[in-house]
Amino acid sequence: MREEEYTDHTISVLVNNHPGVLSKLTSLITRRGFNIESIAAGPTKDPDMFRLTIIVKGDDQSVEQIQKQLYKIVDTVKVSPIDPRNKVEREIGLIKLRATNGSRNEVLQMVNVFKGQVIDSGPGGFVVEIVGSSEKVDSFIGLFPPQQVVEVARTGIVAMNRWEKKQTR
Amino acid sequence: MILKGARILVESLLLEGVDTIFAYTGGKVISIFDQLQEFEDRVRLILPRHEQGGTHAADGYARSTGRPGVVIVTSGPGATNTVTGIATAYMDSVPMVVITGQVNLDQIGSDAFQEADVVGITMPITKANFLVRDASEIAYTVKKAFHLATTGRPGPVVIDIPGDVQAQDVSFDYPDTIELRGYKPNMNGHPKQIKSVIGMLKQSRKPLIIAGGGVNLSGATEMVNRLADEKGIPVVCTLMGHGVMPKRSELLLGPIGMHGTLYGNYAVQHADLILALGVRFSDRIVGDGAGFAPKAKLVHVDIDPAEIGKSIKADLPIVGTIQSVLGDLNKADIPVDSEQWIRELVEYRSAHPLVAEDPKNPGGLAPQRLIQLAGEIFPKETIVVTDVGQNQMWAALFFGFSRGRSFLTSGGLGTMGFGLPAAIGAAVGNPDKPVLMISGDGGFQMNLQELATIRRYRLPVKMLVIDNGYLGMVRQWQELLFEKRYAGTVMDDNPDFAALAEVFGIHGRTLRDAKDAQDVLRELAECEGPMLLHAHVSPSANVLPMVPAGKPLEQVVEKI
Ligand SMILES: Cc1ncc(C[n+]2csc(CCOP(=O)(O)OP(=O)(O)O)c2C)c(N)n1
Repeated sequence: MREEEYTDHTISVLVNNHPGVLSKLTSLITRRGFNIESIAAGPTKDPDMFRLTIIVKGDDQSVEQIQKQLYKIVDTVKVSPIDPRNKVEREIGLIKLRATNGSRNEVLQMVNVFKGQVIDSGPGGFVVEIVGSSEKVDSFIGLFPPQQVVEVARTGIVAMNRWEKKQTR
Repeated sequence: MILKGARILVESLLLEGVDTIFAYTGGKVISIFDQLQEFEDRVRLILPRHEQGGTHAADGYARSTGRPGVVIVTSGPGATNTVTGIATAYMDSVPMVVITGQVNLDQIGSDAFQEADVVGITMPITKANFLVRDASEIAYTVKKAFHLATTGRPGPVVIDIPGDVQAQDVSFDYPDTIELRGYKPNMNGHPKQIKSVIGMLKQSRKPLIIAGGGVNLSGATEMVNRLADEKGIPVVCTLMGHGVMPKRSELLLGPIGMHGTLYGNYAVQHADLILALGVRFSDRIVGDGAGFAPKAKLVHVDIDPAEIGKSIKADLPIVGTIQSVLGDLNKADIPVDSEQWIRELVEYRSAHPLVAEDPKNPGGLAPQRLIQLAGEIFPKETIVVTDVGQNQMWAALFFGFSRGRSFLTSGGLGTMGFGLPAAIGAAVGNPDKPVLMISGDGGFQMNLQELATIRRYRLPVKMLVIDNGYLGMVRQWQELLFEKRYAGTVMDDNPDFAALAEVFGIHGRTLRDAKDAQDVLRELAECEGPMLLHAHVSPSANVLPMVPAGKPLEQVVEKI
């Protein structure tokens, strides 16, 4: 496998909500030599089920292997690849920014441009929420010099396939 | 019915049809043992001398009978001692249920006395594992564990039960069925794909079957046999696929891969169609993956979809049991035009025979010849259990196996110390069949405490300890790749194993001279009860031919 063939692949995994399942899934992926770029997990409409969105780097064949391997975990109910041309994805980033007198307005402007929200503010600065693609969160953070960014917490990406266009009518 | 957790466990095992358990006691399983005592007439407890031994014994029992092996051990050190045995079973897809005691629920995570995170430790080496938090879950978990261990691709399952859960009183109701969302092994190969195979077979002039461990595990040897015989398709096997055809069949070309036969590997490299049945294409089989079977279209049949395309790309993948797929193929009227091909292989084989001697020590006691002789002397229903190393490969090459489940060996993990305890399991599970253990001097000394188990249960295991004074297989690599610097492989001060056997109350004999081999082997085969034969063989013998790791199958070393 050559590095240049590697791309991000998004896989959605439905699992039984049992203790230890998350660590089983992640350790299986890393044990088989794949790197997890992002992972996000939460309950589904069925409280006995969890949905994970996993993003791994690899070539097409190795990602197919991961999907098959994930089925080896008895608690895995369904593994669905997310079609890159047909997906919706979101990530939430919470960013604590230093902003005192002079820079406060500038920061607020940027939050506006990114359609973000200030969810906390103090004399030293703000906590800002940015929602969108991973790249959007990246580029918002990239606007500020590193010393201004005090803390970043991100959820990891959640993703779904879009509705089939034909079926919506 | 209100019962204690420990009682529920035992009743559940009985309902699963368990009649033999390999178990070693301890603080956190006393109550289970206490319950088992009440059913002495229905469940046989086999007490090994080490939990690793007990686990390999359960493995040998499962491999040889096809029924799941059951192990019970205590928490902490008891459980960790089973890890090598569980990993061995996992790598070779052996059905097994391991029950471990655990510290009480409120002590879990507190570094309590004899606590180990068994679920965490065994996660990568089990098909599934469970920590039972309430006695009401025991029955269902046992049902689930046996279902998972034995269906689809088999494997070991661990159930970890805290002491207080064993003591809890709850109502007992054994479930008839279980519903596992997401776990639905695909049994029947897709009819369209089966049609394609038939088409491919008709086109093929040089078809070849590779029989893997899956053929043995699923009890499909007869069906493979029939397909090969009726359609005229030559057969090679992996280490785990031995026993697929009668040993003298001209269609059988022996094992392939690193320690395969020249003619087996030749067949792979020249075939135009390969039916790979229950094969996982390990690195020991394919060598350099890119150069494997360059001329062949590959049909890969496996119950585990994850095996297909893992190391070798298949032209036609079929997910399903070998039974279902071969059932269809055996019914089909397929004219296969392979006469020319079979002739080519027979000629190649007679021009490149296996050599059962050590060219460096003519007239010496060659281990290859010794094993070949054993293959001639022992009855054909003999179950051979090997250890790991040269002894294992010589057994695979020279003994000759005629039936399924007759060659038990640690193929995937390559576990030294497997042979003796696994032979115990085979003997426990097959009182009507002779069991021959073949081991090296190194591997034998890894679990020789189990001689006591042989003695205790009067198991008529025949032991052939091949003493070459070295950790032979590693010595062979040193000879090939490290300019004969024999670092850490010399074992020229081994004890007198025959005398040692006598200390354990087992008949022991020593063999040094090639001319005595026949007689002593006959004594080994014919004596009643267990016997150990300590054979001092030619120390320089190597496993040949061999394909060095990662090389294409043509790059064979024929002489070291
Ligand atoms: C538990 C374990 N430790 C180490 C090894 C590495 N190893 C593979 S073969 C071998 C030598 C085996 O020597 P012996 O048991 O004397 O058998 P021989 O090869 O001489 O037949 C060793 C050390 C192993 N396979 N398993």
